[in-house]
Amino acid sequence: MEEVKEQIGNMPRIGEPAPAFEAVTTHGVLKLEDFKGSWLILFSHPADFTPVCTTEFIAFSEIHPELQKRGVELLGLSVDSVSSHIAWVRNVEEKTKVKIPFPIIADLNKEVSMDYGMIHPGQSKTETVRCVFIIDPNQIIRTILYYPLTTGRNMDEILRIIDALQTTDKNAVATPANWRPGDMVVVPPPNTQEMAEERLKQGYECTDWYLCKKKL
Amino acid sequence: MACISPDGKPTESGSKMLRALKGRSGSPEEIAKEAGLPLFRVRSGLRELAEAGLAKQKDDSYELSEEGAKLIK
Repeated sequence: MEEVKEQIGNMPRIGEPAPAFEAVTTHGVLKLEDFKGSWLILFSHPADFTPVCTTEFIAFSEIHPELQKRGVELLGLSVDSVSSHIAWVRNVEEKTKVKIPFPIIADLNKEVSMDYGMIHPGQSKTETVRCVFIIDPNQIIRTILYYPLTTGRNMDEILRIIDALQTTDKNAVATPANWRPGDMVVVPPPNTQEMAEERLKQGYECTDWYLCKKKL
Repeated sequence: MACISPDGKPTESGSKMLRALKGRSGSPEEIAKEAGLPLFRVRSGLRELAEAGLAKQKDDSYELSEEGAKLIK
């Protein structure tokens, strides 16, 4: 418990390098650096053979082709053994005809879970909560989502975040609330009075000098 | 081991990587493209093949060892 408390004070943060790991997975021993150059969604689930997790794994598998189009790899994690993961994945395929195409970390010693702050003792002292870490090709954490044990994740939102981050990186813009690909994007706010005045003449759709949008 | 089965033989993905290395050296990126496997799998797999003595690493590239070459004849 003390160890858990210590780790909570040291949780990873957006904008920081993702903690390195070397872990046993259903696809062999993988290191974080094996994913360098690709986007990576590292996500944890509480336990194998549980209902909400099963629906999530099916849903992650369903968006896997869309993620691949965007250069994103998926990597699951729980504190179950690799044998349990293999049995569960085979069971899901047998019962639902959905093949789980991505690796799953068997984090029996909780090393990765602790480094990523995936165990929240208020929810469970032994299981990981539903975390999502979106890690960019330079292995910087770009987004962190936490969901409680009882709430399955929203795949549309995960895809939307990937699209938003990639749009931001490509075009140096921000994305407004409820943004979807094709919607107008937010032009970064000006830093000087001169830039603010020029901004209003640039043909953007401006509510005022600090909120201007444009089509890409 | 994902690329080497418990009996010491390469798995299907391990064999794909070994075949992609036949007669040349290649970076993990090149091998991934040739073998049609995800890059992360290839990076991890080449590491395993090298540890098992079936491939050799030279800087950022890999090539077959004598043992690896025998396996894909």
